[in-house]
Amino acid sequence: MKIIVVGNGMVSYKFCEKLIAKAESTLFEVIVFGEEIRPAYDRVHLSEFFSGKSAGDLLMAPANWYSDNNITLHTGDPVQQIDRANKTIHSFKGITESYDVLILATGSSAFVPPIPGVEKNGVFIYRTIEDLEMMTAYAKKAKTGAVIGGGLLGLEAAKAMIDLGITDTHVIEFAPRLMPRQIDEAGSNILKAKLQLLGLKIHTSKNTAEITGNGCIDGMLFSDDTKIEVDMLVISAGIKPRDELAKLCGLETGTRGGIIVNNKLQTNDPSIYAIGECALFEGMVYGLVAPGYEMANVVASNLVASLNLPMNRETSKESANSEESAGTDGLQNPPLGGGGAVFSAYDMSTKLKLIGVDVASFGDPFVAGENCRSVVFEDTMKGIYKRINISSDGKQLLGGILIGDAEQYNVLLQTVKNKVVLPPNPEDVILGSRGGESDGGAGVLSLPDEAIVCSCESVTKGMICGAVTEGGCETIDAIKKCNKAGTGCGGCVPMVKDIMLHTMKAQGKYVRNVLCEHFNYSRQELFDLVKIHELKSYDEVLDHLGKGDGCELCKPPVASILASLWGEMILKKGNDTAQDSNDRFLANIQKGGTYSVVPRIPGGEITPDKLIVIGQLAKQYNLYTKITGGQRIDMFGAHLNDLPDIWGQLIEAGFESGHAYGKSLRTVKSCVGSTWCRFGLHDSVSYAIRIEERYRGLRSPHKLKGGVSGCIRECAEAKSKDFGIIATEKGWNLYVCGNGGSKPQHALLLATDLDDETCIQYIDRFLMFYIKTADTLTRTATWLNKMDGGIDYLRNVVVNDSLGMSALWEAEMQVLVNCYKCEWKEAIENPEIRKRFSHFVNAPEVKDPTVVFEEMRDQKKVRDWK
Amino acid sequence: MLATIEKNTTWFLACKANDVPTNGGVCVKYNNDQIALFHFARRGEWYATQNECPHRMQMALSRGMIGSQSEEPKVACPFHKKTFSLKTGECLSGDECSIKTYEVKVEGDNVFIGVSQL
Ligand SMILES: Cc1cc2nc3c(=O)[nH]c(=O)nc-3n(C[C@H](O)[C@H](O)[C@H](O)COP(=O)(O)OP(=O)(O)OC[C@H]3O[C@@H](n4cnc5c(N)ncnc54)[C@H](O)[C@@H]3O)c2cc1C
Ligand code: SF4
Ligand code: SF4
Ligand code: FES
Repeated sequence: MKIIVVGNGMVSYKFCEKLIAKAESTLFEVIVFGEEIRPAYDRVHLSEFFSGKSAGDLLMAPANWYSDNNITLHTGDPVQQIDRANKTIHSFKGITESYDVLILATGSSAFVPPIPGVEKNGVFIYRTIEDLEMMTAYAKKAKTGAVIGGGLLGLEAAKAMIDLGITDTHVIEFAPRLMPRQIDEAGSNILKAKLQLLGLKIHTSKNTAEITGNGCIDGMLFSDDTKIEVDMLVISAGIKPRDELAKLCGLETGTRGGIIVNNKLQTNDPSIYAIGECALFEGMVYGLVAPGYEMANVVASNLVASLNLPMNRETSKESANSEESAGTDGLQNPPLGGGGAVFSAYDMSTKLKLIGVDVASFGDPFVAGENCRSVVFEDTMKGIYKRINISSDGKQLLGGILIGDAEQYNVLLQTVKNKVVLPPNPEDVILGSRGGESDGGAGVLSLPDEAIVCSCESVTKGMICGAVTEGGCETIDAIKKCNKAGTGCGGCVPMVKDIMLHTMKAQGKYVRNVLCEHFNYSRQELFDLVKIHELKSYDEVLDHLGKGDGCELCKPPVASILASLWGEMILKKGNDTAQDSNDRFLANIQKGGTYSVVPRIPGGEITPDKLIVIGQLAKQYNLYTKITGGQRIDMFGAHLNDLPDIWGQLIEAGFESGHAYGKSLRTVKSCVGSTWCRFGLHDSVSYAIRIEERYRGLRSPHKLKGGVSGCIRECAEAKSKDFGIIATEKGWNLYVCGNGGSKPQHALLLATDLDDETCIQYIDRFLMFYIKTADTLTRTATWLNKMDGGIDYLRNVVVNDSLGMSALWEAEMQVLVNCYKCEWKEAIENPEIRKRFSHFVNAPEVKDPTVVFEEMRDQKKVRDWK
Repeated sequence: MLATIEKNTTWFLACKANDVPTNGGVCVKYNNDQIALFHFARRGEWYATQNECPHRMQMALSRGMIGSQSEEPKVACPFHKKTFSLKTGECLSGDECSIKTYEVKVEGDNVFIGVSQL
């Protein structure tokens, strides 16, 4: 059978792929004509071209894929004529070929409304790589931009403008709201507010009357007589199916474009099919890639079937999908050999991330009327809007809209598609269960086994469970290999993971909190093993206890364990590159790539002379200065190259590293205490300094903060710290595991009326216990919250020595205290380490030229990122 | 048929091999471009990519941690820990952005980066 495919876009490619997967390539002769100069590429991810992907990266398959599979591909050669009577086509370059079956996969082009001035330079459409190349070139001289069309593609084009450096971009939408086909008015308002925060200027209900300019666009005039100045415009006002070739040879097309097809994607000429964005099925052109792929699959299945061959497994599985959206039993096998696969109305649910804002619309987002009701949740502060439409009996989910937070998209979509009965309080599905024992009902557990979880590869929930129970898969990667779930658009991966974890738990498998794929241990297990084996460098640990090459998840915790155990300079023994970037450069990286400098100011006490040094240094290196929340001074905006010199001067003036960059002790905040305060019971400053100096440099699973107050008035806010000490008439009360931050929690009382020495003893034990047993990046508050027995258990361990570890822990802590050295001092004195502090390895004297500062309130600030 | 595009690679001397930290990266200046160069010593491999992280346009990838995901060598941006394949430049943390990669060759003590001109 000789098949000619006209067009080589995404759907054309999918058709070829499906065809060769279903039958021996020798049974068909396939010839593809593509108008574009490249083989089919991934148009859906076209915008990645701006973030560095090359045209080659975007290709669906390299050019030799076609020849390897016996497919002849003519690129840059559009078909110009179809002679239906003689079953031949004629191409631009003069090729004439005959066909048995002709597949039209000509896609669509951008619809350009007839606005006066659309022909001007600087007006673009957004469809092909060439369009993007032209935009990139033009954008260099443009400052303000506009996009006509506030739909899915228009907003993507607006993001492209921002990516091109045109931060001043307008979006012009004719309809009263954004994304009119997917979301409602309220949703649009939230989206609009969010996009405006990102700097886009959004105009709705705006009708462009004219594009002005002399040769090149310089502005836009609207029907309400307003105008704006723009240097560049992208028109994204909808798509127009490419049906011109079909029209020319007398195939039926719709009045508003599109080649009319039946449910087998046949045109009125039974040997000609149309698939993808050029096809008009039941009055609808599908502007998304998934339905196009499904069309390709249906046609490929039927062509193979028409040869009366037994089909392989893939065929039956795939064509089952074509019935799935019609709501029939998705697992019935299609009739073999008879070419029975049909296409039916396809779900248009979409989820996308627009410039960092989640937007999803599923099922029927708009339904209104007597037989349904809607539940709406709106939080204008956070920019979240959720709407679900449910049947009036409250049992069925019909569709909905999610903006700002689309985490539930997959589950909700599956709930619609599989007609899962809703829980008694349907609003729980978007709000979460508030009290009561229901788990919201619509979680992964309630989905039937037939539910399609990965629509790109038609993988059901049952298949994923099977991969775990029978296939032994315990990672996402293993599941991907086993049944391809999650390998397409990747949107279903969170859900696949949930199903995998649930299935593993149901099998009684212990789901451990292991560090990452390189270490099959929790942090606590690893800590003990590193100690027992006396390992001293990251590479040794990986060789002995791990596998592979390590990654950003295991390197910092292992480096931290090494530092907590052996107290060695963190940049030695090749451990420098195992440190998180901040630890590696002993400074916090800030927006723009410069660093902040925070010398230690124990207890917040500082002499005037030292203050002057800081002031002078900040002036010398033009640094922005600010008092931190931990009673010290932060200097921002230091170039990497300047760090060693700045620290050299600080150290000379008697400062030392403040470890603001490390997961280690930050500060011990203090109130002024009895030396000055009329209420003060003890000298809180002296005690705070003593404690801060004791634990400075100590590496821990997360950062540590302390506080000391001179009386019950608690001016140092010690109860919001990992350990807080408050003076009493008789001594000190010790509180532990408090936290400020995102989940504030007051520290709990561990022991009362302690003398100076005992209090420190208890803190030693408490910190060592925490360092040895906490998961990585777990603050003390969370650590305690997860501890069986809570504060009473902790008190038993620390105060009553119930584990019999106290003496050892105190001794270990003393070793760490004794080997403390200022890291910065060591760094600047060691030429090998010092040499790393330059931005360019081949031009050490040059600072990063891309760093740009602006002025604000007489100081500098870094230019905002995009 | 498709014309094969002739790749025209210019090699330039980036630095000495021991200028690059073991299992880490440095930034190399090439005219006005910044290229991140990595010595993946564990695997005996060298990689080079653009230095700019496409997530927030930060010149930072050379300061990131390298490692692997399955077999794929990758770098994690210090800012928000997006990871990118050192081989293909693809973003491995699910974002729709990617980075440019360059060829690297080591001759004796010298490290060269290949920049292709079309
Ligand atoms: C910027 C952008 C973002 C998108 N984002 C998404 C998204 O997030 N999700 C989603 O589902 N969809 C998205 N889409 C839509 C998706 O890309 C299309 O649905 C899909 O590409 C349609 O595939 P197709 O093969 O039908 O058409 P096309 O990919 O347009 O391919 C048709 C090809 O046929 C060629 N052709 C036309 N006439 C002839 C002729 N006479 N002879 C030879 N060749 C011819 C054309 O030049 C073209 O190369 C996006 C589209 C764009 C432009
Ligand atoms: S906590 Fe007590 S001692 Fe300290 S400053 Fe406040 S009132 Fe004075
Ligand atoms: S609160 Fe947030 S913005 Fe402020 S310093 Fe901390 S991390 Fe940065
Ligand atoms: S800037 Fe690189 S991850 Fe955000």
